[in-house]
Amino acid sequence: MADATTAGELLAPRRRFPVLRRLARHRSFRIGFVIVVVLTLAAIFAPLISSFDPTSMRARIRFRPPQAAYWFGTDNFGRDVFTRCLYGARLSLTIGLGVAVLSGLVGTAAGIISAQFRQLDAMIMRLMDGLMAFPAIILAIGLAAAMGPNIGSLIVALSVAYIPRTARIVRASALVVRELEFVDAARVSGASSLRIIWKHLLPNCMGPLLVQLTFVFAYAILAEAALSFLGIGPPPPAPSWGNIIAEGRDQAVDSWWIMFFPGLAISLATLGMNLLGDGLRDVLDPRLKVET
Amino acid sequence: MSAPIVSARGLVKDFPAGPDRTLRAVDNVSFDIAAGETLGLVGESGSGKSTTGRMLVGLIPATSGEVSLFGQTVTGRGGDARLATVRNRLQFVFQDPNGSLNPRMRVRDAIAEPLDIKGDVARADRAARVAELLDMVGLPAASADRYPHEFSGGQRQRIGIARALALRPEFIVCDEPVSALDVSMQAQIVNLLLDLQERFGLGYLFIAHDLAVVRSMSRNVAVMYAGSIVEIASRQALYAAPQHPYTQALLDVVPRPDPDRVRKPALAGEVPSMLNRPAGCAFAMRCPRAEARCRVETPALRDIAAGHRAACHLV
Amino acid sequence: MSAPLLSVRDLTVQFRTDAGWLTAVEQVGFELGAQETLGIVGESGSGKSVTALSILGLHAASTTRIPTGAIAYAGQDLLKLPDRAMRRIRGGEIAMIFQDPMSSLNPVLTVADQISETLMLHQGLDRKTARNRAIGLLDMVRIADAAHRVDAYPHQLSGGMRQRVMIAIAIACRPKLLIADEPTTALDVTIQAQILDLLRELQTELGMSVILISHDLGVIAEFARRVLVMYAGRVVEAAPSRALFRQPMHPYTSGLLAAIPPLNHDVTRLSTIPGSIPDPGRRIPGCRFSPRCTEAQTECREQAPDLVSVGDDHFARCPPRLHRMRPV
Repeated sequence: MADATTAGELLAPRRRFPVLRRLARHRSFRIGFVIVVVLTLAAIFAPLISSFDPTSMRARIRFRPPQAAYWFGTDNFGRDVFTRCLYGARLSLTIGLGVAVLSGLVGTAAGIISAQFRQLDAMIMRLMDGLMAFPAIILAIGLAAAMGPNIGSLIVALSVAYIPRTARIVRASALVVRELEFVDAARVSGASSLRIIWKHLLPNCMGPLLVQLTFVFAYAILAEAALSFLGIGPPPPAPSWGNIIAEGRDQAVDSWWIMFFPGLAISLATLGMNLLGDGLRDVLDPRLKVET
Repeated sequence: MSAPIVSARGLVKDFPAGPDRTLRAVDNVSFDIAAGETLGLVGESGSGKSTTGRMLVGLIPATSGEVSLFGQTVTGRGGDARLATVRNRLQFVFQDPNGSLNPRMRVRDAIAEPLDIKGDVARADRAARVAELLDMVGLPAASADRYPHEFSGGQRQRIGIARALALRPEFIVCDEPVSALDVSMQAQIVNLLLDLQERFGLGYLFIAHDLAVVRSMSRNVAVMYAGSIVEIASRQALYAAPQHPYTQALLDVVPRPDPDRVRKPALAGEVPSMLNRPAGCAFAMRCPRAEARCRVETPALRDIAAGHRAACHLV
Repeated sequence: MSAPLLSVRDLTVQFRTDAGWLTAVEQVGFELGAQETLGIVGESGSGKSVTALSILGLHAASTTRIPTGAIAYAGQDLLKLPDRAMRRIRGGEIAMIFQDPMSSLNPVLTVADQISETLMLHQGLDRKTARNRAIGLLDMVRIADAAHRVDAYPHQLSGGMRQRVMIAIAIACRPKLLIADEPTTALDVTIQAQILDLLRELQTELGMSVILISHDLGVIAEFARRVLVMYAGRVVEAAPSRALFRQPMHPYTSGLLAAIPPLNHDVTRLSTIPGSIPDPGRRIPGCRFSPRCTEAQTECREQAPDLVSVGDDHFARCPPRLHRMRPV
């Protein structure tokens, strides 16, 4: 029924990927993105960037300050700190990513279930409150101590600590979304809870979730460093940014570079993820806003 | 009137309002809608009109009373199962053209959602049906690939209507479908709904606060105030000879594009809080004609002429 | 008319967006005398609110520019006024009320606090005097039991009551000009009528000029003496109210009037304006309304028409209609 009323009905010219365009224009997102990509590439291509071995010890070149051959100097075992930082990025970033993914999955599930199945809400959220009552680091220490010091247990321990925060954020956005009329439209057509969650709630909670996960990623890298410093991080000799710092702390005064460079890497990584998160938040958050 | 496809009998909705208190949003509402006909439901905010519409399609469970759809009683015990058997024959069009479409869903998927939920629709049929529906509501076929934010309010309302039509329903609740639109878009959507009704024999419950819009849409009109129907009649009867003082006041205050018209002074007071419902007629405290008994005795909705009912002691 | 109270000339307002500078209002001009009532009517994106906000200088300086225009009020150009002087005028001599009284009121302050704030700021009253004045103002806006209601928080009031409180704040300093931007749009029709009655009474009592902005031609017809019709950032027609409603001279005005559903008789279909309101970002060559206009000719799509006189104090931006009226 193409009636006369629609004669002038033209579609505005198409803009593809409006979100990506706006992200690309967002300054702090761009800076964060470059930092994170550079660190990730450094971690992946570590063997191509440095010809040294991160773990082999050479007594002749202990405690060399930064110089042309050893950019970040060497440590008390004669290992190249630059190489160790490169390989350390693998472990630290893996832990960050692992914690973000694991706490994201579990937290999202808990948050969405709480929001959609109101009869489970009280139970799930009290559980989350219980977890949240423990300081994250203390909880991780306890769990890491119980499960033994390896990467897997570290990721699980830190994830448990960050699940409640993620669950709360997802629940809060899902509660807003489920009151919107398109959810009622689906219900009128007889949509199941599963369909409502999958097609309507989840896609509309992704914005705040992604922002939260960039921050979790950054926290996890910091937490790994803190735990290593306390001696319950990933076990040596495999380097992580945290345990490089931990090993260098006895020489902190004379050989500052052993701690300084991995510390710089941690700062850079958390800064990068935070900038990335800020950018995502700016672009995604008032996400029902129509762009001009 | 032929046998109604939709009928409500004594519908009541109580919402919990704090400990030991309930708020009666809808009180003893009854009406019938025949196939291919429109009942306009008019009222101000808090009148319960929207809650009534939602109870009709099962979005909100009724506290008591009965809803029959296509001969099936969908309230009470086993109501949900019977509602499922008629689900595909009824639909809903929402007020807010922004909130009623999922911003993360392409128009194609939004429109096809009722088909997808029902299942058993082949991919090719689905695409063909989406194209057909877009054409029905006057949108270009290329709209299917796009997201809701790329459309204007009026166009989004067309998308919402296309979605409602997907399963060829026989009855649609339209909850203030043009209230959020600009004037020039309102008329387009009203005409579209009228065209579709003519073409498919749709029955509508048309909920609105604008008496002029309701007049252009409806065969019968019910006026709600504070949760109850105060007057229900054919369009001709209601606009030509409104009986309830509230209906009369409502007609008086509709702003008209006529600079020479002198409007009567506004009705004083506001809709009473549903938590402290006054005794007697809910409108009595604002009614220019109220008498002593109006503040004591609740008037029943009664026949005052053939097909014309009003709830007022004074008519 | 003697020297007007407010005179807006050639006002163009642009906003910075991702896609560059977007023109929201283009070459808008009008005059408003003391105690006069001007209605500005238009749909979304017409620029009617932007025009009003410009008078009060309420746009964010970093994302707005006003390349041309002058807003003369009582002998000074408001666009050139320093911030401090502008703040004195705002809420003092020129006051404004908005569509949504809930978001304009601070939810953690009582009505007394919010009214007193304006009085203490602009008139240097002490708290106690201000409170008494606040009660007097609530009386003026016909809030019953003012001495008691003055201690209420916004959420304890109905929408209509909140709008009355907003009006009380607006008239607290006896403004010479009140700008009301869709003041009744969020309200029910019976409350809308109350607020319109109240505004009319207050206008007479206080001798204010009023600019009423609305999308509703019915509200405009009831309230305004003179009307500006805006479309896509421009004034398309300006006329005394009666002339505008009796003899609209722009196809958009005619179309809008015809699209209003009648209350007094039945119709089978409503009259419509085809097409959609254009996106603010879209550049339309020639007459902005031409893509939707059933009377459009080739020249309309090529050259932007000027606002020209078509009658006694009646201006419209439509050459074809003008030619029809006065054949060349």
